[in-house]
Amino acid sequence: MIATIGGWVGGRRRKKTAGPPAELLSASALTWLLTTLLLAVAPRIGELPVWLTLLFVVGVGWRGWIAFRNKSLPSRWLVLSLGLLAAAGVLIDYRTLLGRDAGMALLAAMTACKPLETRSQRDGVVLVFLGYLLVMGNLLYSQDIPMVAYLLAVLLVMLASQVMIYRQHAGLTAFAPLRLAVKMVVQAIPVMLILFVLFPRIPGPLWSLPRDAYQGRTGLSDEMMPGTVSQLSKTDEVAFRVRFVGDMPRANQLYWRGPVLWDFDGRRWARIDELPARPPAGLIPEGAALDYSVMLEPSNRRWLLALDMPASPPPRAIMTASFQILRDRPVNEVYRYEMRSYPQYRTGPLNEFQRSRALRLPESGNSRARALAAEWQARDSHPEALVNAALALFHDQDFRYTLTPPLLGGDSVDDFLFRTRQGFCEHYASAFVFLMRAAGVPARVVTGYLGGEPNQVGHYLIVRQADAHAWAEVWLPERGWVRIDPTAAVAPMRIQEGLYAAVTDPQTLPFLVRRGGDSEWLRQLAMAWDSFNNAWNEWVLAYGPDRQKEFLSGLGFGPVDWGEMTVAMTVTLAGLGLIVVGLRWRAGLVRQPVVRAWSRCCARLARRGLARGPHEGPLAYAARVAASRPELAEPLGEIARRYAALRYGPEAAPAEVRQLQRLVRQFRA
Amino acid sequence: MVAIEDRLDRVVDQVGTIILGKERAIRLALSCLLARGHLLIEDLPGMGKTTLAHALARCLGLQYQRIQFTSDLLPADILGAAVYERQRETFVFHHGPIFAQLILADEINRATPKTQSALLEAMEEGQVTIEGETRRLPEPFFVIATQNPAYQIGTFPLPESQLDRFLMRIELGYPDRQAERLLLEGEDRRAVLTRLVVDMTPAQLDEAQARVAAVHVAPPLLDYVQSLLVFSRESNRFRGGLSPRAGLALLRAARAWALLHRRGHVLPEDVQAVLPAVVGHRLHPGDDHLEQSASDLVGQLLDAVVLPA
Repeated sequence: MIATIGGWVGGRRRKKTAGPPAELLSASALTWLLTTLLLAVAPRIGELPVWLTLLFVVGVGWRGWIAFRNKSLPSRWLVLSLGLLAAAGVLIDYRTLLGRDAGMALLAAMTACKPLETRSQRDGVVLVFLGYLLVMGNLLYSQDIPMVAYLLAVLLVMLASQVMIYRQHAGLTAFAPLRLAVKMVVQAIPVMLILFVLFPRIPGPLWSLPRDAYQGRTGLSDEMMPGTVSQLSKTDEVAFRVRFVGDMPRANQLYWRGPVLWDFDGRRWARIDELPARPPAGLIPEGAALDYSVMLEPSNRRWLLALDMPASPPPRAIMTASFQILRDRPVNEVYRYEMRSYPQYRTGPLNEFQRSRALRLPESGNSRARALAAEWQARDSHPEALVNAALALFHDQDFRYTLTPPLLGGDSVDDFLFRTRQGFCEHYASAFVFLMRAAGVPARVVTGYLGGEPNQVGHYLIVRQADAHAWAEVWLPERGWVRIDPTAAVAPMRIQEGLYAAVTDPQTLPFLVRRGGDSEWLRQLAMAWDSFNNAWNEWVLAYGPDRQKEFLSGLGFGPVDWGEMTVAMTVTLAGLGLIVVGLRWRAGLVRQPVVRAWSRCCARLARRGLARGPHEGPLAYAARVAASRPELAEPLGEIARRYAALRYGPEAAPAEVRQLQRLVRQFRA
Repeated sequence: MVAIEDRLDRVVDQVGTIILGKERAIRLALSCLLARGHLLIEDLPGMGKTTLAHALARCLGLQYQRIQFTSDLLPADILGAAVYERQRETFVFHHGPIFAQLILADEINRATPKTQSALLEAMEEGQVTIEGETRRLPEPFFVIATQNPAYQIGTFPLPESQLDRFLMRIELGYPDRQAERLLLEGEDRRAVLTRLVVDMTPAQLDEAQARVAAVHVAPPLLDYVQSLLVFSRESNRFRGGLSPRAGLALLRAARAWALLHRRGHVLPEDVQAVLPAVVGHRLHPGDDHLEQSASDLVGQLLDAVVLPA
């Protein structure tokens, strides 16, 4: 992007020394062009600084005004200083000129200034290409269906402006350029499909975007404080979608495991860095496996979600000792992976390190909770009894499950357990694990998602950010790590029926998470749309290296590497080219030897400054050349006559063609 | 036995001795006749329109009738009428001046639309129907109409639909200096006219017309003609494009032009040569280009359509 802008500045310098005056841009071509530029920048209006949006509108409007009132362009110095000011403005606003946001802003600023020095056809073409860059820039922000459809439409209009620029004297009617553009795009579709399917997708950050492109994603974080999960419940953005092989498991098995949190500092739960488990985590399956594929939305995090308990990580990912799955790099594109999990399981023994981390508590604080745990432990130190005591506490006392709990003081666990007694899943999970550790039972917090909504249209499960959840795991000597969801003791509906049925204040939930009511049909429509989106994700956005291999082997090509793919792509494209040439040949459009000979002759004369006019017939051309080069009159006249007879006359003998070719070979301009 | 091509050349030469320095216009007029089309000459008075028509008629050995159109001319004045003859006690049809092989309809735009359309219908059908009886017009039947440019006072300009009946519309224009000098020095044109020799018999003219229809048209040439037609329809410089009839007219005229230049096949140059005369009166400027003249429009059409090598 920056290189292009550099090129633009360079281009401006070159233009000063340009020789002959280029052809001026017509008002109608300019109208098309300016409209397209406005359309191309429109999706970014919300994010660009206000002054930049204004600059864009003023630049484009000013140029339009100049064109229609026949005013003269502003002076070169004014435009130059405007451009420099705009660049400085971007630098001040973003503190850099690099990266996605600043780059896009700079591009918009330069595109805003460029029309003010756009005079000739060539300038118009430069503007069109700036427009294409703007369109591509928009894709760095969003690749969902409405945006892609919109950008495709802008692309069509842009192509039409280009047609208009190149053929501005053709006197095309209003929609003729657009028709031509549509035709060109339709013709390009096969090539696009071939490139899309066969262009080798190489794993790795080769195509990665600037860092700032991934900011501001909502989703789980790798720490938990009171409020972090309930905050997520306010958004109905999709976190991921799942397609099961076979039947969907029951609702109370849909625990999507995310970050496992070990460390507590009195308020905040945090992850610890873990190495890949060796041997793999010690899962002992009991019962049938569940196979499914996940389409994860970009999260800018490394972890991949999997059902409790995942058996093994997908390619290019690892599984830690606490059964977290981590990819080799953050998920910044729609990412599809396949998993196998066992809903019934046991896990192996606990090592010393894990035991000490699973029991560690801050030195002090939350003394009432500690006292309560000590009391329970004194009564019955059996881990199961302690778990039940804690769950009974949540169930029997007046605890409430709410999205809007009151604020907690410094001793957050004490405050929650004995004073407010209103909380969301993170409060319950945090308090539960605290109590367990205080009572000597190894425990940890697991965050992730619970449940999901089956899409009947597409037969898959949608898991939204609002489904975010936190629960606990305790380690029991006979069974290993066991999932305990303290929320279930307070609000069993949360597990069975989902969030909407469980919270006491459902009206604070976003629309797509609510159930029933008058707008159910609208939700059905939303489901159908989501299913369409999912297909887009599965087949377009998540078409990465793995998907490509899978698809190609599905077509019966077996395993292919990227070299073979390159060959396949080249061969297919060449084949397509041959088909096109063949069709044109059949339509009589390919130049026959007669035309080739004549063209060679014309080209030779063109090098001497005697080019054939665009609509000049052979005899007229020969006569004109003869007027300025009398010595050529005879040979060229002969060639032109023979060519005219061969091309426009009835079919002639091959010897005639050879004679023409011989004459052309001997012809010296 | 003199070849048809040589005879045609002689016609051009002979007419050229009367209408000086206007060889191109003469060739166009002759092509128009060979293509079995009717000709409209549009020019100011005194440019030799009448002389050209008369000279052509003489050289080609055609029966010639001149009809001066006036505002009080009636259809019957052209077509003829049934007149009662007392001796025979019956109506006898008196042929009007239209029953000739070459009609010069002088100043056609001075007559009322009713009279104009009587002539134009005869041109189209090759026959006239008077009092229920259809009578064939002679063969060949060729009309040269002359018209003063429409801005002259007291005229009824031909409507567009009628203009389409003429294969070509040409202008003669002022002679150049040299030609005018010769004209001024020379003897009376009418005297020269009487000395013209008949070059062709009607049978030979018929043969020449058949030869025109046989001139070869190759696919690339048709491509070019079609490009011209398509462009005239798609571009907003023209209001409505050229009709299929205009396309056929263009090809017919180009064939005749090619034969006149001793070619058995049509070249793009032939199409370009007849293009102004054939489409000039069929193209109308688009809304944004109202000020443009017919020759401007034809020039733009010619410039915009690329002829591939």
